Amino acid sequence: MAVSEKTVDLSQAMVTAPVAPADALIIAPIIITLFFGGLLLMTRKRAAWQVPMGLFALVLLLAACAGLLARVLTAGPVSVTMGSWLPPFGISFTADALGASFAFVSSLVALAVGLFASRDIDGLGQRYGFFAFLLLMMCGICGAFLTGDIFNLYVWFEVMLIASFGLMVLGNTRTQLDGAVRYALLNLLGAAFFLAATGYLYGSLGTLNMADITERLRQPTDGLPLNTIAALFILGFGMKAAAFPLAFWLPASYHTPSPAAAAIFAGLLTKVGAYALLRTMVMVMPAAHAVYADFLTWIAIGTMLLGSLGALAESDLRRLFGYVVISGIGIIFAGLALGSAGGLSGAIVYALHSMLVMTGLYLAAGIAARLGGSQQLRELGGLYGASPLLAGLTLLLILSAAALPPFSGFWAKIVVVEAAMVGGRWWLAGIVLVTGLFTALAAGRAFAHAFWRGGPVGTPDGAEKSVPGKLAAADLPLLLGPLGFLTMLTLLIGLYPQPVLRLAEIGAAGLLDPIPYVRAVFGAAP
Amino acid sequence: MEGPLALLVGCFFAASVYLMLSDSLIRILIGVVVLSNAVNLLIFVAGRIVKEVPPIIPLGAQIPPIETANPLPQALILTAIVISFSFFAFLLVLVFRTYQALGTDKTDEMHLAEPQGEPIPPRGY
Repeated sequence: MAVSEKTVDLSQAMVTAPVAPADALIIAPIIITLFFGGLLLMTRKRAAWQVPMGLFALVLLLAACAGLLARVLTAGPVSVTMGSWLPPFGISFTADALGASFAFVSSLVALAVGLFASRDIDGLGQRYGFFAFLLLMMCGICGAFLTGDIFNLYVWFEVMLIASFGLMVLGNTRTQLDGAVRYALLNLLGAAFFLAATGYLYGSLGTLNMADITERLRQPTDGLPLNTIAALFILGFGMKAAAFPLAFWLPASYHTPSPAAAAIFAGLLTKVGAYALLRTMVMVMPAAHAVYADFLTWIAIGTMLLGSLGALAESDLRRLFGYVVISGIGIIFAGLALGSAGGLSGAIVYALHSMLVMTGLYLAAGIAARLGGSQQLRELGGLYGASPLLAGLTLLLILSAAALPPFSGFWAKIVVVEAAMVGGRWWLAGIVLVTGLFTALAAGRAFAHAFWRGGPVGTPDGAEKSVPGKLAAADLPLLLGPLGFLTMLTLLIGLYPQPVLRLAEIGAAGLLDPIPYVRAVFGAAP
Repeated sequence: MEGPLALLVGCFFAASVYLMLSDSLIRILIGVVVLSNAVNLLIFVAGRIVKEVPPIIPLGAQIPPIETANPLPQALILTAIVISFSFFAFLLVLVFRTYQALGTDKTDEMHLAEPQGEPIPPRGY
């Protein structure tokens, strides 16, 4: 009996209904970044094309992510399975409020960094593919936020990593090479642990689709090594997110690349690790989250204290901000460890806030280092006189990072602290507040030294020295533009936090109750 | 068949950890390669070693007549091999350039990104 197309019921193996155009938006961020990333690589010798094409792609990416977020907020989680194979056999892309909002803010940050880089990265850096790497890294980041398949998540992690290696060593200085070795080896190690966990998960359940795993783990699972898998996830993603005690690669490497590259690293890369932990630990493996909740709390405390004390002990401006990134990761982990709706939405708000603010702070540190000719607090000084606008914007960003009102950090921290109090963990709330105090002290001192003091250490009070660094007067406003944009966003969220808080609540609810997510993948009756 | 292979995976992990604890960058690199192979083998074993029958459906049948090999872990490993291979190529160049630029391949002697004995931050103006 020959098998013809008529005797085979395609609907048993394939999705027969056409994909709604609005749902197809979910792969638009990947297509845009991959296409333009490749095009920029091919045309990298045409220096005049790099900036306009790169910025055009970043604007497109922002539009696609905004459209996707709007779609997710109106219609609930969106899912598309590649090749029209029925899930879980095809690779699914699934966006819920959490993934779409992270992708949206990431694309905002990427556009700001792209604008900054169009002035800051010289022609050589552009010829060596700055914009191509930036777009390919955004491809990995957006892919990680939007995929619904664990192995696919690994692939996007690696896309993001290899592109970030390119950005890391762009410029090829000795310090960069030294920092890149640390960064590359540690991140590869983290990815290997993640892959091992994926292998165990496949061996245990025979599926890699997140919605499918979520469903199966809600049924009784005897004898499966789920706690081992969860431990490997915590290890791998914790390394990527720079959580205590695996955080030391971050301040050892993030101060070495160009300001634009460092800014986007600080803003986005650690958050991808935090996102992956939120997704796997809370949504996919809630039982394992309950087992490791106390452990995660201790990690959060260690990370917060390490970050804030490290920032206090650091005299290099960009390394200091690296420790501030780590203390923020600690606060995200605190929300993750609490695991309640409040804790999770606090973690989400803090992650979104940290993306904007840490990128801004690293951009500010980059301009400060250019103007002041150094990154050392002892040698910097007089920046307020050189550029009052830069000093003002930096001060606002520092206040936001220290979580003072009226900035976005304030609301993010309030939600986490409230969730900790409600959960009966007043000591965790206390450490979150102490971390804020230490961060304010460290970053405030950096401001006092680099901007407020008239010149290098030892300059008498009231005296003003001119800054030694060179920065063309025409460049400064264009460099300050993206910085002002990010500062405005954090101020705007601080003054009118309701939309972001609501978004985080929807995201947290989607993690705690994954039925809409699963339905989006498998249709009405999974 | 899974038992001995699982032991082999364990040996790979042990060897890679031992190599990565070294202070020589080349040994760390070899450790990374052994680690990625350990993980690949782990996925292979996790996909179960079943009969050596390719997943081919005979003419007229709708499903394979007997249990066949599982092609999915092999697809996963193939992806992972390509990724780890390209990473290794990048790392080799990076480490070689670092060796050229810093004049050392000992991690104990690489202090550019993390200077040693830095003074504590200024306490006052």
